[in-house]
Amino acid sequence: MHDILSSFALALSLIAGGDAELWRIVALSLEVSLASAVFACALGLPLGGLVAVREFPGRRVVIVALNALLGLPSVVVGLVVYLLLSRAGPLGSLGILFTPRAIVLAQTLLVLPIVAALARQFVEDAWHEYREQLTSLGVSAVRAVPTLLWDLRYSLLTVVLAGFGRAASEVGAVMIVGGNIDGVTRVMTTAIALETSKGDLPLALGLGVILLSMVLALNAAAYAIREWSARHHG
Amino acid sequence: MASAPLFPLEARGLTVVLGGHTAIERIDFVLDAGARIAVLGPNGAGKSVLLRVLHGLIAPSAGEVLWAGSAARARDQAMVFQRPVMLRRSALANVEFALAMNGVRGPERRARARDAIERVGLSSLAARSARVLSGGEQQRLALARAWSLRPRVIFLDEPTASLDPAAASEVERVIGEIHAAGTAIVMTTHHLGLARRVADEIVFLHEGRLTERTAVERFFNAPQSPEAARFLKGELPWNKSSPEPSAD
Ligand SMILES: Nc1ncnc2c1ncn2[C@@H]1O[C@H](COP(=O)(O)OP(=O)(O)OP(=O)(O)O)[C@@H](O)[C@H]1O
Ligand SMILES: [Mg+2]
Repeated sequence: MHDILSSFALALSLIAGGDAELWRIVALSLEVSLASAVFACALGLPLGGLVAVREFPGRRVVIVALNALLGLPSVVVGLVVYLLLSRAGPLGSLGILFTPRAIVLAQTLLVLPIVAALARQFVEDAWHEYREQLTSLGVSAVRAVPTLLWDLRYSLLTVVLAGFGRAASEVGAVMIVGGNIDGVTRVMTTAIALETSKGDLPLALGLGVILLSMVLALNAAAYAIREWSARHHG
Repeated sequence: MASAPLFPLEARGLTVVLGGHTAIERIDFVLDAGARIAVLGPNGAGKSVLLRVLHGLIAPSAGEVLWAGSAARARDQAMVFQRPVMLRRSALANVEFALAMNGVRGPERRARARDAIERVGLSSLAARSARVLSGGEQQRLALARAWSLRPRVIFLDEPTASLDPAAASEVERVIGEIHAAGTAIVMTTHHLGLARRVADEIVFLHEGRLTERTAVERFFNAPQSPEAARFLKGELPWNKSSPEPSAD
């Protein structure tokens, strides 16, 4: 018990003291997670929107697949990306295995289904309500997608933040394709996993505190924005 | 401005089945340029469904809608729904969106939107988020939005349903202006006084069937179908106590 408490005190002093290694890890985590969230949203929001408004053969299969991908095991994604990027793999010539780019690719693949599936659900509900009105105004189903996405911007912000949160708290895939290389691909989650097993509790705890605070802050922000939009936009 | 011929708008043997229920059945109907028609009938008679199928929002289960003999959906038409839907943006931006979707750009878009909003008396609310406007304000905004498109036919589904007397007479005046601009009007309403003042002809629906189409004075004095006669007997006392802008 005493050990844990003293580790915790050390952890807080690392955070407060601006420990260079700790903050470098945090910065890299934020960078790759933000990039993944941006890529996943840029692809996932329009994709989810299109699936929501378009009738096409196999639509149900796509929806079931999207929903199933929500529970995609992270290590499997890591393995697939590893195989793609490994020297003998189809994308091996890029030479990005064990770099932050590989982490971004794996995280994007993990976050994309979340964003697309949630966007599909939101847009489909809205389309149900708006369809006749928009059609009456001369808006085609495909043209309606950006309009609906913009109309749902406050709800979708929660989706974006959920995507970012998932990316930031990802460990399995990131470990496989990043390798947790000190100063290159070491992010919060992989550092926590490794430092804990090595017994460096203060660093692990410090990172854990920051990760947790981040997730809490994101959720609080999402909640506040939705409350605000409900009051101001109905 | 003058574009492809639109009229006559013809419905031939129009039948719409929704969820196993025949909402309208074998309706024949012709609308000429500049006509003013009020569609009357009890709740559930099929008035809204008729407007939506004419406007091209639902495909008929049988029969067809023809614009000047063509089955293609005409663009120069607009509709105000019984429950209008507004986007999460300002009242003005909602009108501008409709104009943008119909190819109106630049300063003209803003000017036309402002003009339309002013005509329905909502200028002071132009910057307010459209979704927090009251039901009656949204209905007037929807009228402004539809009218800003300068349609040649406008379908109005109960345009005065949730309006206070002042707003109702305002909307009635706007409908008059829309007609004066040469736009044909097809309107449903439960306000018989409004129908009488605004329409030239009444189309009466009963359980999805068109029972008569009669000039307005004749309809109210001597309805041709027994269904309409019964409707008028039952409805007139209710109508007299309803918030109508003027007594007939
Ligand atoms: N999507 C739908 N699915 C099943 N039934 C429907 C659907 N839409 C309308 N109906 C039915 O069709 C009939 C006609 O409906 P409609 O809305 O046209 O009535 P209305 O004449 O406009 O009535 P009101 O005066 O109450 O507005 C009603 O019985 C309604 O329940
Ligand atoms: Mg109706």
